[in-house]
Amino acid sequence: METFVPPVPSRINYINAQYGLKSWLLTKDHKRIALLYLGSISFFFFIGGLYAMAIRLELLTPQADLLQSTTYNKVFTQHGIIMVFFFLIPSIPATLGNFLVPMMIGAKDLAFPRINLLSWYIYMLGGIVTIYALLAGGVDTGWTFYTPFSTTFSNSYVVATGLGIFINGFSSILTGLNFIVTIHTMRAPGMTWFRLPLFIWAHYATSLIMILGTPVIAITILLLAFERVAHIGIFDPAVGGDPVLFQHLFWFYSHPAVYIMVLPGMGIISELIANFSRKNIFGYSFVAFSSLAIAVFGFLVWGHHLFVASQSVYAGMIFSFLSFAVAIPSAIKVFNWTATLYKASISYDTPMLYALGFIGLFTIGGMTGLFLAALAVDVHLSDTYFVVAHFHYIMVGGTLLAYLGGLHYWWPKITGRMYPEGWGRFSALVVFIGFNLTFLPQFILGYMGMPRRYHVYPAEFQVLHVLSTAGASILGVGLLIPLFYLMWSMRYGKVAPGNPWHLPGLEWRTQSPPPTENFDYTPVVTWEAYEFAPPEETEVVGKFHDKVPEKA
Amino acid sequence: MAESYVEHEASHPALQHHFENLEQQREAGTLGMWVFLVTEIMFFGGMFLAYTLYRSKFPEAFAIASNHLDIKLGAINTAVLILSSFTMAMAVYSTQVGKLRAQIIYLVLTIVLGLAFLGIKGVEYHEKYVDHLIPGTLIPGNPFNPDPHAMHLTQGVLMQHVQMFYWIYFAMTGMHALHMIIGVGLLSVILYFSVKGRYSPEYHNPVEVAGLYWHFVDIVWIFLFPLLYLLGRHLGGH
Repeated sequence: METFVPPVPSRINYINAQYGLKSWLLTKDHKRIALLYLGSISFFFFIGGLYAMAIRLELLTPQADLLQSTTYNKVFTQHGIIMVFFFLIPSIPATLGNFLVPMMIGAKDLAFPRINLLSWYIYMLGGIVTIYALLAGGVDTGWTFYTPFSTTFSNSYVVATGLGIFINGFSSILTGLNFIVTIHTMRAPGMTWFRLPLFIWAHYATSLIMILGTPVIAITILLLAFERVAHIGIFDPAVGGDPVLFQHLFWFYSHPAVYIMVLPGMGIISELIANFSRKNIFGYSFVAFSSLAIAVFGFLVWGHHLFVASQSVYAGMIFSFLSFAVAIPSAIKVFNWTATLYKASISYDTPMLYALGFIGLFTIGGMTGLFLAALAVDVHLSDTYFVVAHFHYIMVGGTLLAYLGGLHYWWPKITGRMYPEGWGRFSALVVFIGFNLTFLPQFILGYMGMPRRYHVYPAEFQVLHVLSTAGASILGVGLLIPLFYLMWSMRYGKVAPGNPWHLPGLEWRTQSPPPTENFDYTPVVTWEAYEFAPPEETEVVGKFHDKVPEKA
Repeated sequence: MAESYVEHEASHPALQHHFENLEQQREAGTLGMWVFLVTEIMFFGGMFLAYTLYRSKFPEAFAIASNHLDIKLGAINTAVLILSSFTMAMAVYSTQVGKLRAQIIYLVLTIVLGLAFLGIKGVEYHEKYVDHLIPGTLIPGNPFNPDPHAMHLTQGVLMQHVQMFYWIYFAMTGMHALHMIIGVGLLSVILYFSVKGRYSPEYHNPVEVAGLYWHFVDIVWIFLFPLLYLLGRHLGGH
């Protein structure tokens, strides 16, 4: 065990600059707001995880023995809503993005610190409303809220849940707005667009989707709520409305939302691959522009969710083609990452293990996406476990692994402490094995015809379901281990130096944890991104404050 | 290796700590508002899409329903809003050149015109209420139930499609009115600070940014008026 180091470091940083609950709840410091988000999204991840456990336990047997059908409908709906809207979408941008975007470009804060804090309060308000809906009786429409079931027939708390998601959307919009303005106007002298770390490019592309997509889901949910409350039929076929219009509007946001989840993850992976290979990334501008291309193409493929929903076959063909096209920029990234690894001096620290896992799992997730984008194949696979497995490979195998990798990588910067490397590598391995055991069988299940959202199934599917549940248990353990050792390391971890990985990025050229204004002086950037110089040159900028504040 | 780089310009009281100088702060504020307006376009966009879809699906019903709107009040409101955009632009200009008295007068005029628009809109809404044209059961006790003769309903046109027009009408103009109310609130805050003498030729970004918002809300109406009041008017035939 490490020797105990007193919890008060000898220098002023953003954590010990002020004390007390008020200094956190009213903070305008992007780093503190990132930690507020980190706590709250972890809470929602835990709730969503409990629902996932209930689903997997119920699916152990072919009969309905743990949950009734109505309860099961609510459980998978709420798993989806919590995980998508309250964990995956804010996960990387609101925590690591919030913390790192200003630091990586050499700014003191985001452009609008108060709006940043506001976005957290909006997120919490949306979360509380949604939790109220769940406690009051829950919602059973599926996270997609398809009409006319959601507007006319469902007896659950659709409006309250919708309101929660509507409110939450504005936190996403404000985060995206803040990032775009910050990246445009707050870059340090010398930090040109093509010196930006790829993490920033990824967040810029993500922000574009956030500001262009989220308002559409907001108005769609608002119309749905009015329709349900006041019996007006914009989506109701009984009064001339068109339920497929809802699907178009819903997926116009919700497909790009997948890229809100995975693009920041790709940004993290670009950082990890380059930095743990100690090499400039192969094809910097290709990786940068592929992020923008994904953001743009991502808006043109929503129709592939409607292949079997009475959409015209010609529209289907175009959407199919465009869905194939969006695979190109994703593939560009994968090829450039692997090319970066070639003949590199790779170190297999925990973040890099997560990054390598990401590349494999994202590739499987992306390739199976092509199966679904093919019109004829989709008729067979639509609404089966194949779809479930596909998007979990992107969302969990992609986003969650990238998030964990990023969290470990920047943990010393965020907390000033190192996480225990042995435990880190062990849990990365457990997560990888557990994840694959959970979701690989689901591809086979779906191909054999197991529909999604059912909990009673033919007995011959049971073996695969048992495998999947066993995998989910391993995955659950793999996710609990970091929870414990990361919290442990905040107090007992080895004290981290300013630049524990010896990297050139701006965020590593200040102390760990950083001071409130990030840098003692505004840095002047004279180097390219991922330009590996001899270690003595990548030293810390400026000198440290040497005064410790009086405790309030 | 990194040089210290601190701009030692005399620090303006309005300069926030995380900006290097007022110019950077102004750029951020203006870009922020433009980006916000983009989100607003997407927000209204969903409703414009619904309008386009149903207008092309039920052209006769939409023409009949549209004919029942009060075109005079709509036209007057259009004029009021365009005038308010002019006074807003003058308020921004007066701030930039330091005519602080004119700035206050123009801001007051803009707020008054905004309130006038909302008042006229209220009169229109009341007419619709009296004619039972509020869609669905939005107003409890006064469901959608207009007199088919007063509407000049022709053969084969369903009242539920007329209701669809009115739902889109209320959703879009209602959302627009909400933005007007927010705009009046925003300008009142700006007015309060300009009476306190906070804005000057050196620092006038909040006035500009509020102006951008105001012009945007104005432009939304410029699209709503022809789409809802004018389009297909000749088809109604009375």
